Amino acid sequence: MATDIIIHDKKDNVGVVVIEKITPKQDCKCWIMEDDSSTDIQSMDEIPLGHKIAMIDLKEGDTILKYGHDIGKVVKSIKKGEHVHVHNVKTKKW
Amino acid sequence: MVKKMEIPKSFLGFKRENGRAGTRNHVIILPVDDISNACAEAVANNIKGTIALPHSYGRLQFGADLELHFRTMIGTGSNPNVAAVIVIGIEPKWTKRIVDGIAKTGKPVEGFHIERTGDIGTVMKASKKAQEFVMWASEKQREECPISDLWISVKCGESDTTSGLASNPTVGNLMDKLEPLGVHLCFGETSELTGAEKVCATRGATKEASDKFMKTWSAYNDFILKEATNDLSESQPTAGNIAGGLTTIEEKAFGNFQKIGSCKFVDVLEPAEEPTKGKGLYFMDTSSAAAECVTLQAAAGFNIHLFPTGQGNIVGNPIEPVVKLTANPLTVKSMGEHIDCDVSKILSREMNLSEAGDKLIETTLRVANGRLTCAEALGHREFVMTKLYRSA
Repeated sequence: MATDIIIHDKKDNVGVVVIEKITPKQDCKCWIMEDDSSTDIQSMDEIPLGHKIAMIDLKEGDTILKYGHDIGKVVKSIKKGEHVHVHNVKTKKW
Repeated sequence: MVKKMEIPKSFLGFKRENGRAGTRNHVIILPVDDISNACAEAVANNIKGTIALPHSYGRLQFGADLELHFRTMIGTGSNPNVAAVIVIGIEPKWTKRIVDGIAKTGKPVEGFHIERTGDIGTVMKASKKAQEFVMWASEKQREECPISDLWISVKCGESDTTSGLASNPTVGNLMDKLEPLGVHLCFGETSELTGAEKVCATRGATKEASDKFMKTWSAYNDFILKEATNDLSESQPTAGNIAGGLTTIEEKAFGNFQKIGSCKFVDVLEPAEEPTKGKGLYFMDTSSAAAECVTLQAAAGFNIHLFPTGQGNIVGNPIEPVVKLTANPLTVKSMGEHIDCDVSKILSREMNLSEAGDKLIETTLRVANGRLTCAEALGHREFVMTKLYRSA
């Protein structure tokens, strides 16, 4: 039952790495907490514990959903399996 | 599938004169002001089983700041976890105001002022009364109380990604399960909701509650904008938050917000204000500093606190037991003496959220029934008054 990635809400387009790190081309198991279901994804980048992975392709201006809510906008297009962080996502607050 | 836990309908608490129930049976020595701390601590040292609540303020305060001081003092003494109270202040007038406020609960309370008597005479008189109170309180027995007598406050601290992922949603799961049973619930941390404020406002049970929340949050935000020299993008999220994987202030806020599950709040409370609209969830306008927040919630009458932590906050409170939970396995391993409930198995998917929520309910009830929290065993008694502005 071990998992590599946790996704909070079915609507989310990012997941969070919960093992020490995932490496490029790793086949990762994902757990969707909201309905206790499973899915999988192949990573493109090395992503450390606590950091996010894109579950789908995202283009500039798209909204990142986590916890089922808007947590910011994409400022540089992101491919499925890539690392999502401050280099490609910004707050909508400022 | 997983078995559903039967939630106990009652706990063993101390029934109070005003109909509330306590999870503890403290006799407290409450100083009105900073200069009365020495007296209060001397009395607590003389009379075993009493605790002094020293603090830093109570002189030359005015306006809303003074009102908050009185509300915190009176609320602390009135909390059902407190059996009886000795109040000691320098002057008779403010001392009496606090005694009269606490006396409305019907519990034993007596005030002493130091002017015209001095410390030594005051300590002697107050010690005699404290001895009488503590011996009286020692005969109080725990009785079966409905679970709806639990008033549960929550606040997280030293958060990391495991907080938003697992320990905060565990508290949310507990709220979703206990709210229908008629408990009172309270969350705060106005500043930490920034980024999620609009969604939080939609959780008001009425339009009035939603509007009141936005008004409270906006007042806080205006204050930040006035004081800040630039936007908060350099400080929220913090460098440590970013290293841990948090990207935006919204993400941080929604992680915090997981603590209330899917509950709606019935009202917005001033700091240390007692809820008066019956059972359910309340939002209180508080600082996000741990000890200040818990002190305000205890003063509003909450009798047990749940504190999810990531990196390991160690806060406690003198009258309201603080139950710590974490989902960070490293924190469990390196500072286990501070953790009452370990939900780290969520991260390895050996435990789902509902199981974690059940485990937390079980821990909460054991503590409500009298089991000491880690913070109590370690002597954490952080009692920190919130100050709105400088004194005259």
